[in-house]
Parts: sequence; C-alpha cells; structure tokens
Amino acid sequence: MPGNDLVLHEEEFIRIRDVLSRLRGECNAKIVFLVDKNGQQIAAIGELASIDTTALASLAAGNVAATDSLARLIGEKEFSVLFHEGERDNLHISVVGGRVILVVIFDERSSLGLVRLRVKKGSNELAVILDVMLKKSAAPRKAAAGGSPFAEITDEDIDKLFSD
Amino acid sequence: MTFINYAAREINCKIVYYGPGLGGKTTNIKFVYEKTNPTAKGKLISLATETDRTLFFDFLPLDLGEIRGFRTRFHLYTVPGQVFYDASRKLILKGVDGVVFVADSQAARMEANLESLRNLDLNLKEQGYDLRTIPYVLQLNKRDLPSALPVEEMKRQLVRKGEPVFEAVASKGTGVFETLKTIAKMVLLELRKGR
Repeated sequence: MPGNDLVLHEEEFIRIRDVLSRLRGECNAKIVFLVDKNGQQIAAIGELASIDTTALASLAAGNVAATDSLARLIGEKEFSVLFHEGERDNLHISVVGGRVILVVIFDERSSLGLVRLRVKKGSNELAVILDVMLKKSAAPRKAAAGGSPFAEITDEDIDKLFSD
Repeated sequence: MTFINYAAREINCKIVYYGPGLGGKTTNIKFVYEKTNPTAKGKLISLATETDRTLFFDFLPLDLGEIRGFRTRFHLYTVPGQVFYDASRKLILKGVDGVVFVADSQAARMEANLESLRNLDLNLKEQGYDLRTIPYVLQLNKRDLPSALPVEEMKRQLVRKGEPVFEAVASKGTGVFETLKTIAKMVLLELRKGR
C-alpha cells in the first residue's frame, strides 16, 4: 500500500479548527474548510447548513486533481491557487503543504485580495499542524492511538453494518 | 488510504468501480443510491456528458452505521470507462481502498474488458498499489443478455487472483449489493490488519 492511512486525532483537529475559525473571521468568509487531496473532509467552519460539504469536498479534490494534471501537461509543477468567481459567492481553493486543500467561500463582504493575504498566513500555520498529523499517521497506529480500535473488529461487527 | 478521524470518530474509505465503457459502473452506483435509506446516503454527484456518459466521475457517499464507536462511511466512485479518459481514471484511483471491476458479459465486449483490466493494473501500479494485494472484487454484469459469455469462460479470462466473483444485472439490481457488501467487508478487514 502506498503511504499510510490518514489519521486525525483530537489534538490536531482542535488546532486545525482554531486556525480555520480565525481565518474565517479574518477573511470575513462564509465557509472555510479543509479537505484531503483524496476528497475526504478534514474540518469545516462556517455557514455549513446551507451546503453539502461531503459533495463539496469530493468535487474540490477532483477540481484540484484535474488542475494539477493540467499544470503538469504545460510544464508547471502545480497551480497552487484556484479562484472561481460567482455572481454572489466566490470560491478560493489553495493547496497546503502539497497534501491538503483549503477552500474559502466568500461573498461581497470580503475581497479576493483579503482572502489571498489571510490564506497565505493561515496556510503556513496549517502546514505545521499537518506535518504533525502526517507524522502521527505514519507512526505505528498502536503508539499513536493508545491501541487501535480496529484490530479488534470482528466479522460480526462488519456483518452488523449490512444487517438490513 | 483510509481516513480515520478520531476527533469526529469516523472512518472514511474509498471504493472505485472500474471497467470498460458502458459496462454498468454508473448503473451499479445509481441502484445503490435508489435503494439506500435517505439517512444513510449523501447526494449522488455525476460528472457526465450531455449524453450521460461519465466524463470525470460519479460519487456517492454512504454511511453504513457504527463499528466500535466509529461512524463508517464509504465513498463510492466510478471512473469514466471510455479508453481516452485515462488521465481522469488515474486521478480517481488516488487514495483508493478497494476496487470493483465491472465486466461486461457480452461476447463482443470481452476484448474491452481485458483492455480495461490491463489498464487498471497499470494505473494502480502507477499510484503505488498492486492489484494482487488491494481489496478487489470482480462483477460479471449484464448476465441477462442473450450474447452473454458463459460464466466459466469469463472467469477463465478475467480472474486475476481468486477474487470474489459476482454475477449481476445492475439495471435490475441483481448482484449489486452483494458486490458492494463484499468489497466493503474486504476493506474493513484490511483496516483490521492495521497495514
């Protein structure tokens, strides 16, 4: 298997949420969220009730993956920032630490310049936390989690998921 | 690559439906979507052409319930089957935990099955995976068609490692959930190993 499973612990989750929360305030954004490059949502802050974040995560990852490939086709390493401008809401997508995607959704209460500036600063902080997260993910799971709950999964546990 | 979120107590796994064009990958996912309880599924996203051919991927998030206190979520993806969409297929395989190969049983499509299987093997390798070790299920779809090849003949040509094989008629739902349950179990058992 390439790489390790991505493991997010409470400690890093809280730190990530704090950074996203502050970033949202500084950007005056509606939603700020963080997605793994494979489309898994890591954390989200803001007006989430109005939006399907699971779908958003998957599509944002698809978008970045396609754009990365486009970049390589024309000889670029990556396009580190994507910006989609709508009539009402705008989407700012950036890659943090080469591994995760930071998405900021904002409207006329903010501006692209402000978002870009704040995202840059926030990304550096997130990159540090992600580094810890990836190191912990790479460590043997027992040491990282005080015992893996999954080693104990029984066939019955799995069958129960499919009982109906 | 499973995503284990201890903070939200969630396990997220990714399953990819692979196979030749018009083989029934999207039909599989659509049937799962239609028959799944609304509380256990998210929105079905299809990035398709105007003629309903998959352009980039279909995506369906499923919530299977709790296992050892963790919400178990599966993200189902299909790839575009048509040969020239290979760049997109590679992207979708990133981070995959389990693969379902949906083969078209029609005799005239056997060559397309074999080509797609070779392509899967190659693209997995490019991502650092190995078809021989990754959780993998073979589905023989369109068993109801008169031109369907005998099951034994298909197995002889398509089975790669003694993987579970299911006969299916995805348009009617036959074999769809059996396939999904088996691959999901295999992925969870892999998780138990801890890799």
